[in-house]
Amino acid sequence: MSTPVDFLLWVRGPGFDIALVVFLIGVVIRLLEVLILGRKPDFAEPRGAELGAGLRTLVTRTLPEQGSFRRSPFTVVGGYIWHIGFFISLFLFIPHIELINATIGLSWPGIASNLVDAVAAVTIVTLVAMLFSRMSHPVKRYLSGPEDYLTWVVTILPMITGYLAYHRMIDPYPLALGLHILSVEILMVVFPFTKLMHAFTFFIARWYNGAMAGRRGVQS
Amino acid sequence: MSEATLERGMNAFREQMNAPIASFFSSCVNCGMCAEACLFYTETGDPKYTPINKLEPLRRVWEQEYTLWGRVKSMLGLSQPVTDELLEEWESLIYDGCTLCGRCSMVCPVGNDISYMIRHAREGFVAAGYSPEGMKGASRRAVTIGSPMGVKYPALAAQIKHVEADSGLSIPVDVEGVDYMALLSSMEIMNFPEYLEALARIFKQAGVTWTVSSEAFEATNAGIQIGSSDIARELVNRVVVAAEKLKVKYVISPECGHAYTAIRWEGPNLIGRPYKFKVVHILELLDELRASGRLKTEGMDETRLTFHDPCQIVRKGGVLEPPRNLLKMVASEFVDMHDAREMNWCCGGGGGVSANERAEELRLKVFKRKKTQLDELDVETLVTACANCRLVMEEGLEEYRMEIPVVGLTEMLAEHLVEEKSE
Repeated sequence: MSTPVDFLLWVRGPGFDIALVVFLIGVVIRLLEVLILGRKPDFAEPRGAELGAGLRTLVTRTLPEQGSFRRSPFTVVGGYIWHIGFFISLFLFIPHIELINATIGLSWPGIASNLVDAVAAVTIVTLVAMLFSRMSHPVKRYLSGPEDYLTWVVTILPMITGYLAYHRMIDPYPLALGLHILSVEILMVVFPFTKLMHAFTFFIARWYNGAMAGRRGVQS
Repeated sequence: MSEATLERGMNAFREQMNAPIASFFSSCVNCGMCAEACLFYTETGDPKYTPINKLEPLRRVWEQEYTLWGRVKSMLGLSQPVTDELLEEWESLIYDGCTLCGRCSMVCPVGNDISYMIRHAREGFVAAGYSPEGMKGASRRAVTIGSPMGVKYPALAAQIKHVEADSGLSIPVDVEGVDYMALLSSMEIMNFPEYLEALARIFKQAGVTWTVSSEAFEATNAGIQIGSSDIARELVNRVVVAAEKLKVKYVISPECGHAYTAIRWEGPNLIGRPYKFKVVHILELLDELRASGRLKTEGMDETRLTFHDPCQIVRKGGVLEPPRNLLKMVASEFVDMHDAREMNWCCGGGGGVSANERAEELRLKVFKRKKTQLDELDVETLVTACANCRLVMEEGLEEYRMEIPVVGLTEMLAEHLVEEKSE
């Protein structure tokens, strides 16, 4: 791996395969760890059905409860911006779509690259602001441990390396692209072992919350 | 109960672990939004009261024993174990600083039902010997005497006699084959006997057949509050045995929040089977009588008043519409608080906090939340439907020198009953 091109070839080849295997197996294990625990049957006579209430909460929790929004506006708005920005950068940037198409044969329309560029810039700035908030807000600072900062780093790295590669700010380009792909691989490897797993388990959590409340006749 | 040890506590934590709890811990991103839903944080500003933080001991058990990565970290000595010191430190957070009100569970963006986890985590704390003296005492009295306040049947019999003499009505005791068996809380027996009289008057008018059991009249369940399923099961079982012996169709849960959670939602799971009777909350029954025209009231209370939603009855119990339907029958100037219904704020004394003497200062401090809600409304009367909320709010109002009487909804309705003409 003596030249930037060798480096790029490695991260695109074996490096990516390793990351993908760790990610997929890790996520499956984590989901099984949750689901095999199951829960005991509930003998209390239900007032409402679990299924509908669970599914409704799955959707409705996407919007904040009014009072929470008033009390944590920065967390809510910042959270929206960077999550949406991250997904736009990941899934609507045309080179990414082409890569996905070449790998698994799925394709969808993307948006103009300069628009993705602007979104990425906003996302990076927002993530920096979120870090500042985590370090300064008394509750977030109190709750935060190494994992919270590690996941922040591995989340922002693909954004930054992608931004630098797009603007040709690292020379030579194969090195820029290689670093970008490597940062994504780091994210994939860290993902199953940290709170990043919430991207999958929040479906389960919201469903249980809504179902258990719905059984008692409350929409949570 | 056998001796409490850390090992027993750890086993109790493990017994609680299930898919909902694992999905909740897996999903938390430490966003801190639950803090803003908790009156212990909003009124103290101390981040240790952030709801999810109160679960650190249970979270460690989950991470270290129920995740692959956590097990690896433990083997490498990279994780912090659950110790006696940790439980001792967290005891005040999970008991003094949480009323199990469930407000945090309504706002968590990833959907974590945090109060559900706290209810389960308390099982481990009790088994390890870390629970407040006041709550231990209440549990002991409930098991040995039959009531957390030490009220025995003769005390109830005396109150029944008083009520019968005052009202000229009869209170049926141990009558077999009637439709309803009414439960009471010790608080109602000792401090608010008006409730019993209200029941007698309303049921007479509506033609409801009912009884009180001399063997199981106590509705409260200290086991649920302290978090001991063994104690909770024993107490629920007394009610089940009595109700099935008297062959009633329904058991009425009184104006008490956690009693409803205990008998309605947790009871069947504690005894491991469905009941042979149904459980109704008194407000549900009254609303049914209203809807079918059997509850007739006259006159309207014209004072400006509001309703405090008891957490366990409304948010955690699902009795949402009945209180307001009933209030509208008798109050013309009813106004709702800001954040009413399932988002109402706790009185600060639920979940056993009011039975925990050392938590008194904190409880009065967090009552500021209710004070703020009331200040916004400028009401003359506060109505509620839980004897514990009622007493806690009376103390809070006194502390803050607010002269607002607190009234039980059932009694308020009884005061407006259409008087029957004697023949």
